[in-house]
Amino acid sequence: MTQAAHSSPGTANQAAPDHGQHHPLKVYFVVWGWLFVLSALSYMVDYFQFEGYLRWTLILIFMMLKAGLIVAVFMHMVWERLALIYAILVPPLAVLVFVGIMAIESEHTLFTRHLFFGAGG
Amino acid sequence: MAESSSTPHAAASAALQPGGRGFVADWSADQRSFKTASWHKAMMWIFLLSDTFIFSCFLIAYMTVRMSTVEPWPNTSEVFALTIAGESIPLILIAIMTFVLISSSGTMALAVNYGYRKNRRATLILLLVTAGLGATFVGMQAFEWTKLIHEGVRPWGNPWGAPQFGSIFFMVTGFHGTHVTIGVIFLLIVARKVWRGEYDEEKKGFFTSRKGNYESVEVMGLYWHFVDLVWVFIFAFFYLW
Repeated sequence: MTQAAHSSPGTANQAAPDHGQHHPLKVYFVVWGWLFVLSALSYMVDYFQFEGYLRWTLILIFMMLKAGLIVAVFMHMVWERLALIYAILVPPLAVLVFVGIMAIESEHTLFTRHLFFGAGG
Repeated sequence: MAESSSTPHAAASAALQPGGRGFVADWSADQRSFKTASWHKAMMWIFLLSDTFIFSCFLIAYMTVRMSTVEPWPNTSEVFALTIAGESIPLILIAIMTFVLISSSGTMALAVNYGYRKNRRATLILLLVTAGLGATFVGMQAFEWTKLIHEGVRPWGNPWGAPQFGSIFFMVTGFHGTHVTIGVIFLLIVARKVWRGEYDEEKKGFFTSRKGNYESVEVMGLYWHFVDLVWVFIFAFFYLW
């Protein structure tokens, strides 16, 4: 992944003194364009009022694509070494566990609210 | 370091292993795990990781109150609609804000690139454009807040449904707006340094007294792209959901 995407001559981690990120401008313009397209598409999801699972799926797909492009190219993550990539991108997975726990918790809260306050609160 | 040259990692990075083996070797190595990223950059990434957790907590709090409320959640598509030329367009202000922020991310990425090319003029202009777009975003957010406050949205209630809507709205967008504002201030500081050529002559910073170089523009860019990244999630979860 990292090697193929690298554009300048030499290896992915060349021994340049500053370890700077030197990439052709075209990469940025392509990503920029895609971010515009994906934002427009996610706005269209609302504009055409898609509902239910279709809406959720589309929103999440466009969101992850946008986030991925920003982190990978704009923040140069694909050109970093795996040591940094894993250190930064793995810990947020713990958030998913937290999401799961709080989803169970809120289902329970909703259940007790319905039970004790009656439907419609 | 034994090597006397100004590029202590140059010899080491030539021998770095790729892939999973490289990952294990880096993490079990002496001295430092991030072989090619400077501390400057690694620390910004670690700060951004901690910030990720902060925003995650906000969005999880939002999920929790939204899932557990028995009252209907206000329809964001209508709440954030604007009437333009006599026609109500849903969510249009938020869409424009999204495009403004993405544009600023694009100009920031270009600024980083021109910085590494040592093109001072282009870097300066692009940094100023980025700061301008960021300020525009904050301005539009101030407009949005004013509009909603006039319509009766408060942290403890609103005219359309679940009272939690207001508290989540003000907290999440307020925290994000604060990040953008801080970003604009630092963009201007970095722009001033570029303008004065402080990265070309490696002038020491007033705060850290490290030698300046154009990597500072990239690290600034990491923060700025992160602000855009957070907005991607807020846009999806708060405005579109």
